[in-house]
Amino acid sequence: MHSIFGIPTPALFGQLLLGLINGAFYAMLSLGLAVIFGLLNVVNFSHGAFYMLGAFTGWLLLAGLGLGYWWALLLSPLIVGVLGMAVERLLLARLKGLDPLYGLLLTFGLALIIQGVFRNIFGVSGLPYGVPSQLAGARNLGFMILPNYRGWVIGLSLLVCLATWLGIEKTRLGATLRAATENATLTEAFGINVPRLVTLTYGFGTALAALAGVLAAPIYSVNPNMGADLIITVFVVVVIGGMGSILGSIVTGFGLGLAEGLTRLVYPAGSATVVFVIMIVVLLVKPAGLFGRST
Amino acid sequence: MSATAESNAATKPPVKATAAASRLWGFGVVALLIILGPVVVYPVLLMKVMCFALFAAGFNLLLGFGGLLSFGHAAYFGIGSYVSAYAAKAWGWPPEAAVTAGTAAGALLGVIFGVVAIRRQGIYFAMITLALAQLIYFVCLQVPFTGGEDGLQSVPRGKLLGLVDLSNDLTLYGVVSVVFFLTLLLVSRIVHSPFGHVLRAIRDNEARAISLGYKTVWYRLAVFVLSTVVCALAGAMKAIVFQLASLTDVHWTTSGEVVLMTLVGGMGTLFGPLVGAAVVVAAEFYLASIGSWVQVIEGGIFVACVLGFRAGIVGTLADFGRRSIAARQGASARAAVN
Repeated sequence: MHSIFGIPTPALFGQLLLGLINGAFYAMLSLGLAVIFGLLNVVNFSHGAFYMLGAFTGWLLLAGLGLGYWWALLLSPLIVGVLGMAVERLLLARLKGLDPLYGLLLTFGLALIIQGVFRNIFGVSGLPYGVPSQLAGARNLGFMILPNYRGWVIGLSLLVCLATWLGIEKTRLGATLRAATENATLTEAFGINVPRLVTLTYGFGTALAALAGVLAAPIYSVNPNMGADLIITVFVVVVIGGMGSILGSIVTGFGLGLAEGLTRLVYPAGSATVVFVIMIVVLLVKPAGLFGRST
Repeated sequence: MSATAESNAATKPPVKATAAASRLWGFGVVALLIILGPVVVYPVLLMKVMCFALFAAGFNLLLGFGGLLSFGHAAYFGIGSYVSAYAAKAWGWPPEAAVTAGTAAGALLGVIFGVVAIRRQGIYFAMITLALAQLIYFVCLQVPFTGGEDGLQSVPRGKLLGLVDLSNDLTLYGVVSVVFFLTLLLVSRIVHSPFGHVLRAIRDNEARAISLGYKTVWYRLAVFVLSTVVCALAGAMKAIVFQLASLTDVHWTTSGEVVLMTLVGGMGTLFGPLVGAAVVVAAEFYLASIGSWVQVIEGGIFVACVLGFRAGIVGTLADFGRRSIAARQGASARAAVN
């Protein structure tokens, strides 16, 4: 069997793989966005900027301190997470009780600042970041060649998504988080420090974005604009999947990535726009989103 | 949003009369600035300010009075710009026909996207409008008629009604000023019409508006389309003035810019977007030497406005004015009692 529906199989699986990779990033970013929105009621427009910061922190760790990929994978989310917590404490906490639109505007401004600063320092041409030696090479799966690093990205992101979902649904901390999302005042009355929970949640969301950034660095180049283009697609994921649902954003993220990959195969010119068309269709058919509760 | 709710809370007759008077003063000042402006400032820069002021005024119609934050208004501005530029350049249409075509195209797009976008509100509305605008951006990037990365350059300014040659900056300035002023009057009329009052009622308490028998969905769609029409007109004029339509017009940074203008000037105020547009355009013009740092500064202004200056320039001035009037009235009332 060398073709399915007239499409050569290597091309088909190649695009599906690319779709899964993109989907992995969509899923991880929209997951963070959903967790943050759930508790803070803030659409974090700077999520793309934190993703870019994650990649750049990895690059800087290598260029400045000689710390390689594995260190970056650990340190970059920590550094960016701490930065995120500072942002929450110093800026977002002041918007408590205001219309959520102000949170969107504030984080948009923040994204402009972060991206602008990096564009001025590093330019827009993009910096290379190598695949770690342990994950170099590729293996033959019989029906396609899978570069090891891409397999690793898909596997790790699935694992992270699953762990986040389990953490929120099955652990005590997750239960507290859900309680605070549902009713912050009442949760506080039970003696839980909700402001601290809010700060930690924002830090966790940004750390997740940074992790995605480090994972992305060897695949795409490290570029100040890498997050700006991505964040809009991630918003689409969130609109389609519904922000109330953790599982929804994971499934939608991977699904949209695959849809993009398939479109690139069938109608290449439509690959950039297909996610938006899907969003329009979903909004017309099911306005609350595929997994969302009606708002 | 809360800042605008305050500004509309006062509807007692004397205050209403003062509001109408201050509006009249506002229009007088705008007219005076339009007439005297070219003496001091380069007319092309002033025309840019007017185009963006209209853009912001149209955007503010939706945000300030409809309570809907769109993060994708560059789509309508850009489509207005592209269609008007194409009609003038490729078809050789006179400027008034080209601008009308651009505005109509924006209105059509507004109807289509409006139907989709108003299905969700608040935060989701912002994200949906942003995504729809990104769709338009990619379409403009790919279809041949927009000229791709180059855009449509050296668009002829043409002759207005076949008579008036617009290649002279000052002549064009006069025409743009008239269109600008009339559109501003129209926006003011919309805002202060019964329709505008229903819009504000929906913005402040939708459930109550529904229970009063208003079909809120239609009102929301109507204000969305009206807003896109004004923005498309702004874009169409911009294409003729600068003889250029480019991808920048439809890019999300332009959507962000119009939000910034409205926020700086004061959302939900009639003249706020004008002041905001003037401030932002002037800042971009005079800070052009520091190049790409402008975006960082804009981001900083965003953060500063959201944290400490949510009423904007005009909103703050209006609050100040109202408070001093109230203080005076309070003083005279006390004097009458004594």
